[in-house]
Amino acid sequence: MEVKKVLDAKGLACPMPIVKTKKTMEELNSGEILEVHATDKGAKSDLTAWAKSGGHELLKDTEEDNVLKFWIKKG
Amino acid sequence: MAKTISTKTLAKKVINHEKTLILDVRNTDEFDNWKIEGGKVEVINEPYFNLLDDVEPVSSRLEKDKEIIVVCAKGGSSEMVADLLEEAGFINAYSLEGGMKAWSEHLEPVKIGDLTDGGSLYQFVRLGKGCLSYFIESNGEAAIIDTARMTDVYENFAEKQGIQIKHLIDTHLHADHISGGLSLASKVDGKYHLPPKDATEVTFDYTPLEEGNDIIVGNTAVKVHPVYSPGHTIGSTSFIIDDTYLLTGDILFVKSIGRPDLAGLAEDWVGDLRNTLYNRYKELSDDLVVLPAHYSFAEELGEGGKVSARLGDLYSKNSGLQVEDEGVFRKMVTENLPPQPNAYQDIRQTNLGQITPEHEEQKEMEIGPNRCAVEG
Repeated sequence: MEVKKVLDAKGLACPMPIVKTKKTMEELNSGEILEVHATDKGAKSDLTAWAKSGGHELLKDTEEDNVLKFWIKKG
Repeated sequence: MAKTISTKTLAKKVINHEKTLILDVRNTDEFDNWKIEGGKVEVINEPYFNLLDDVEPVSSRLEKDKEIIVVCAKGGSSEMVADLLEEAGFINAYSLEGGMKAWSEHLEPVKIGDLTDGGSLYQFVRLGKGCLSYFIESNGEAAIIDTARMTDVYENFAEKQGIQIKHLIDTHLHADHISGGLSLASKVDGKYHLPPKDATEVTFDYTPLEEGNDIIVGNTAVKVHPVYSPGHTIGSTSFIIDDTYLLTGDILFVKSIGRPDLAGLAEDWVGDLRNTLYNRYKELSDDLVVLPAHYSFAEELGEGGKVSARLGDLYSKNSGLQVEDEGVFRKMVTENLPPQPNAYQDIRQTNLGQITPEHEEQKEMEIGPNRCAVEG
């Protein structure tokens, strides 16, 4: 998977992980992939719902040592 | 900076049935699972991430000069949305401090009535989860039944009136919330009472509740009379207080009945549940005032926030008490049950003293509605 950009949103509380993800996504072209790192537990369901409503595709997500990682393909 | 509103102020609006408009900005799955209800609350949902560029998705549903209470999971997103609304000319937008997490913890004391010897009975309503606990006060002493985890609320309440808390009683081993009974008992040097049949796996000392052994509050006529009433759990015990009130725990609610499956033994306990509801309670006076440990439906929250009903009325109105056929009853309480409460197995283990989660983790475990009822 070719990642275009990595966004570090660790330590940020809701709503900032989504606000930053949205902003960063605007710099990408359709089909490119953004990798997001976050520690806010709520980020998982919010990012999933946000990606869906914005027409993006959540390709994969993992959780390791309390760090949530997401790979989102721009729609 | 957004204007804020406390959970206390919101709770007053809900129990006083004031018209209240809530804009819940959590994602729709979380909203559908659990939301603020009761009284004259109107609630609309629009996730905060749809409002970042423009509040247009909600603006047509809101009025510029009316009060709007914005709610999210922990209070961060609601603050941002309240700011955005204010910039857009909605001058009375407030953010709920601490969000649903704080709402889940709020306890509101509501007076149920006076007792024969001059004491009184209070219902502590946990609006966020629909949990009800009871504070019985008489001659400077108190007993608390089904104490919630936020024990400081009861302590402050007792302190203000110069009352000493003596007895902490749980009607059964809870699966939907963490009991504050044991921790408060050790803090105030009181007794922690549990039904012995629910306590076979506990890791601490307790006083067993037994039918016939009344608990006297304040050395007076206030009797807390235990009635063995299994079904939701095998040990479930009800209490008749001052010959007037019947505290039914999670066996009988105002509009529904308890579910027998949360300890994994639905098939075994359904007969007990049937017997308690259709025989044991029937032998009691119709005039007893039923005070349950939960409510599930917003409309159960009555005048001033009280949740109660006359036992005789429930025998004609509560759908769970109208099922003549035993087979139909068995099916109703064992099949197609609602989802279990969040983290219910961990909560049971915590209440048995088998695990001791950190404070923050305990809060997370209790997120969501109680889900202890089955509707007929």
